[in-house]
Parts: sequence; C-alpha cells; structure tokens
Amino acid sequence: MRRIGDSPPVRALLIALALVLTALFLVVPLVSIFYQAFASGLGEIWVNLSDEYTWSAITLTLLVTVITVPVNLAFGVFLAWLVTRFSFPGRRILQTLIDIPFAVSPVVAGLLYLLLYGRGGWLGSWLANYDLQLMFAWPGMVLVTVFVTCPFVARELIPLMQAQGSAEEEAAVTLGARGWTLFRRVTLPNIRWALLYGVILTNARAVGEFGGVSVVSGSIRGETNTLPLHVEQLYQDYNTVGAFTSASLLAGLAIVTLVIKAWLEWHTARRSH
Amino acid sequence: MSIRLNNISRRFGATTALHPLSLDIKQGELIGLLGPSGSGKTTLLRIMAGLESPNSGTIHFGERDVTHVHVRKRRVGFVFQNYALFKHMTVAENVAFGLKARPRSERPSHRDIRERVLGLLQKVRLEALAERYPAQLSGGQQQRVALARALAVEPDVLLLDEPFGALDAKVRIELRRWLRHLHDEFGFTSVFVTHDQEEALELSDRVVVMSEGRIEQIDTPHQLYRHPANRFVFEFLGETNRLEGEIVNGVLTNGEARLTLPGATGSRAEVLLRPHEVRLAESFDEHAHLPVKVSAISPVGAEVRVELEANWMSDPWQATMTHHDYEQLTPTRGTRLYAHPTRQHRFDLDYAI
Repeated sequence: MRRIGDSPPVRALLIALALVLTALFLVVPLVSIFYQAFASGLGEIWVNLSDEYTWSAITLTLLVTVITVPVNLAFGVFLAWLVTRFSFPGRRILQTLIDIPFAVSPVVAGLLYLLLYGRGGWLGSWLANYDLQLMFAWPGMVLVTVFVTCPFVARELIPLMQAQGSAEEEAAVTLGARGWTLFRRVTLPNIRWALLYGVILTNARAVGEFGGVSVVSGSIRGETNTLPLHVEQLYQDYNTVGAFTSASLLAGLAIVTLVIKAWLEWHTARRSH
Repeated sequence: MSIRLNNISRRFGATTALHPLSLDIKQGELIGLLGPSGSGKTTLLRIMAGLESPNSGTIHFGERDVTHVHVRKRRVGFVFQNYALFKHMTVAENVAFGLKARPRSERPSHRDIRERVLGLLQKVRLEALAERYPAQLSGGQQQRVALARALAVEPDVLLLDEPFGALDAKVRIELRRWLRHLHDEFGFTSVFVTHDQEEALELSDRVVVMSEGRIEQIDTPHQLYRHPANRFVFEFLGETNRLEGEIVNGVLTNGEARLTLPGATGSRAEVLLRPHEVRLAESFDEHAHLPVKVSAISPVGAEVRVELEANWMSDPWQATMTHHDYEQLTPTRGTRLYAHPTRQHRFDLDYAI
C-alpha cells in the first residue's frame, strides 16, 4: 500500500533497509548454523547424531513435547470456551492472567517452580514424603514447559470464538445436541484451523524452551537434558560441531514449523474469502 | 401447544430487561412481539426458548411446567436472527442435525432421517439445493433452511427472532406470506420478534407491543391500529401528527390554531392523528381553524403525500390525499390551506373521538 507523501526513493530505501535487517538478523544466523554443522563433513555429523547423549536429549525433548501439547490443547480450548461463552465475575481478569507466561521471563517461572516443588518448597517437601521428586527430573521439566506454552492455544482461539459468537452452538442446543456432540460437530469444525495453528506454535515453543527448563533440569547428561540444553552444554565443552549439529536439528524443526504455519495462514485466508 | 408466561422478569446486572409480565398464548396462534430495540422482546423470546432464564415467574407449555426444563428438552424450534446455519454442513446435513443428535435409542433410522429431511426440503422448496453449503445460498434460502432445520425435530412451539430482518423488502414480503401459510398448514404455536410494525400487523393473529421491558398492549392487529391503548403504541404503529395547546372554553388553542375538543377539561391537551386522518380544504369551519402551508408534495404511489408547515406545529405534519382530491385542490409548494382532522386521538384522558 502506498501512503500519500511517500516518494519512490523513500519507499525503496525503507524496503531495502527492511530486507538488509532481516538478512542480517534472521537469515545469516540460520544459514550459518547449518554451515557450521556441515563444515567438517557428513561423517562428523553422523558421529555426533549417534552419540548416546544426543539421543537421550532428543527422546527427552520429544517426551516433554508429547505431554505438553495435548495438555495445553485441552487447557487452551477449555479456557477459550470459558472466557468467550460465559459471563462471570473475574472474566476479564482471567483473560489478562492467561498472558502471564508471556509477560514473565521463563527463568523466573523455573525459579518459582523450584521454590514451590523443590525439596525445601512446601509442596515439594510434602511430595518428598511420598518419595516423589519433580525437580531435576522430567516431570518438573514438563510442568515448566506447560506453564511457558499455555497461552498459545487460548490466545489463538479467544478472538476467533469471540468474533464467531455462540449462535451456532445455541442453535445446536435447541436442536437437542449434548455436550460432546455439540463440541465435535459444531464448535470444533469452526475453530479447527486456529486450533491447529495454536498447536503448531505450542509445539515449536515446547521443543525450543530453554530458560525455564534449564533451572529445573539440573542438566544431568543423558538424563535431564533436552536438545536446547544439550546444545549449550556441547558448546561449553568446545564441541562446536556437536553443538551446531544439534542446533541444526532445532533449526530444521523451526523451518518446518514456519512452513506449516504459512500454509495454515494461506489456508485460513482463502477460506475467509 | 399453548404458552403461558406468569410474572416473568429478567435483570442483567443493574439494568432491568423485563419487568414482571404475564402473557397467554393459545394453541395454534401466531404471535408477534413488536417493539423498538431494547424493549426486551428478544429477551422474552429467549426466555420462552430456555436460552435465558428468568429471575422470577413461571413458563408453561400446555400443562407442562417448563420453567426449569433445559432448552434441549423444551421441544422448541428456534430460528435465529442471522439463521446460525452450520457453515461446514450441507443444507441436508443442517436439516438432519437435530435428528442425528438424538440419543441412539430415540434416533430414527438412516432411511427415516433421509426421508424426513427430503420431505422438509420439499416443503420449503429447497430440495434441489440439498447438497449446497449455506455460503452458496441467498438470504431468503438460508432463512428457509433455518426454518426446515427447526421444524425437523417436530417442536411444540416455533420461535423466530427477527426472521425477516436481514432480507431485502421484496423477499421479505414473499417469505412473510409463505410463513403464514406454513403456520396454518402445520398448526403449531408460533412467536416471532420484530421491530417492523407493518410485518407484525400483517402476519400476527395477535400483536404484543413492548417498550422498555413492559407489555404496552396485546391485541389483534385491527384493534391495535384502531384503538391503541396509549400514546407509545399510537406513535410506534405509524406516522403521527401532533397538536398541543391550551384549553380555552373547550377549544384547544395554540397561536392561530384552534380545534374544538368536546368535553375537554384541564388546562393543556394534546391531539394526535395519522396522515390519512387529515383532510385539506381551502376554508376553515367552526370546529377547526388550522392554517397550514404546503412545504412538499410527493405524488408517487396510491396516494399523494403532502408535507405541511405552520408556526403552531412542533414538527411538520404529513397528510395523504387521493389523486382525485389532489387534482380538485391542485396545491403546490407554498399553497395556504386549512387542515381538518377526520379523527383525533387523545391519550391524556384515554379518550378518542
């Protein structure tokens, strides 16, 4: 779009500036990750990928993600439904509270969990009586990841469900539909693209989460290391190729996420016309 | 199925949407709830359906107390203002929804469902569009799908929220007549909400006029138009000309304007009349001396519409006359004439001549 007063040279300058900045800050680092990983040849990559600790990091990352995504899928749908379909005192406050994980640094979230569920914390000491240890083990990492990624699905759904209103659901109820039929046949088809989009974002963030997880993980090699933590550790050990190999896995996943996201956006835009 | 509302009220926070009101609707009646926006008519309809719950009062469908019965079990057909069709389902799937949503033990067989849907689509003349999606239909067609969908579950009562609000004028009149026939054919009890007085008067057996959460009048269209219960109903049902002034010896006076009001008491009075209750002439008589000046003429349609001005009016008057009278009188803009009320309405004493 062209605004009044923008002369062609100004426009060209602004576009060039945007392109240069994007290249400098986004494209160059991404390319260099793959460059560094492949710098010493494919053999070296294979050695690093088949490393026992790398495998354990990959499986732990998958475990955390596989638990986090469904939990936040259910939680996000429930929260969005609550906020958009009912009016109750504190509804607005709840809508603001959803954003806390975005506003707070993940490290702070990790620390809070450590204080609460750690051996000295009041919930942690109670759990310790039953021989349950959440911190410095995968359950704690799942908890923190769930916390950090919980707004994504709800944030995608709330504006959409607000705009759609509840008329279709009311119509279904007057026709005799019960809870599950109502959700599966009326609500879900209307929100499925936004839901998928929210899941993709949750997934990407769950895989890449570093700050919060690093506080509660204790970074025990082969036990409580996720991929992002593993990358950092390898780098500290001066294993540059190893670090970049694992990093390129994460980067590859990010690119896949972006492609799916772009496809979804294109799809929803086409549907709304 | 008759509907009996007793002492129903509803508040939303600090605002009162409905003051306690009662309403009896007979089996097979077609009732229009008429009122301006914010009069509580839609809230009342939603309470009948069970989509809102009242703060007080009871609702009976026939002998059955449904006050605390869930919408799902009330057996109401509800047609929503913007139809609320299921966008991702075809027309046939929309109509079949209510039958398929039933618990397995009550659900008809696939063949029965298909036959019932087809029958209903024939009834609303949409059998050719059964496989289309709502977005591919016109407003009038969507409206008919919504109606077929509501009828599929064989409701005891049919409730319609502004059923023709979103349609253009021609389709609206067509659908209105079609709905009237359908209602007579099926014989169910129907209630619809509208803000359009013409629609309410043409379609309803009885009209419930509402304002600010209260029922102003319940009457047949004819009675309502001839004998409005109060000033609000009179003004809401049509164009209104107004004359206000002091009473001097039984004559309403305002500047040059004088109108005999037999039996008038008090010091001030107000007279209301419809455009067709104003006769124009070149002279005044002993009953009325209402000098006016013609400010606009519109000779289009069955009658000629004339706008009148005078310094004793708060707003210009509208008058209608036949083309025949218009040719006799041949007024033009600026012509000075005298107005003669053929009928006048007074609500300060609940009294009309």
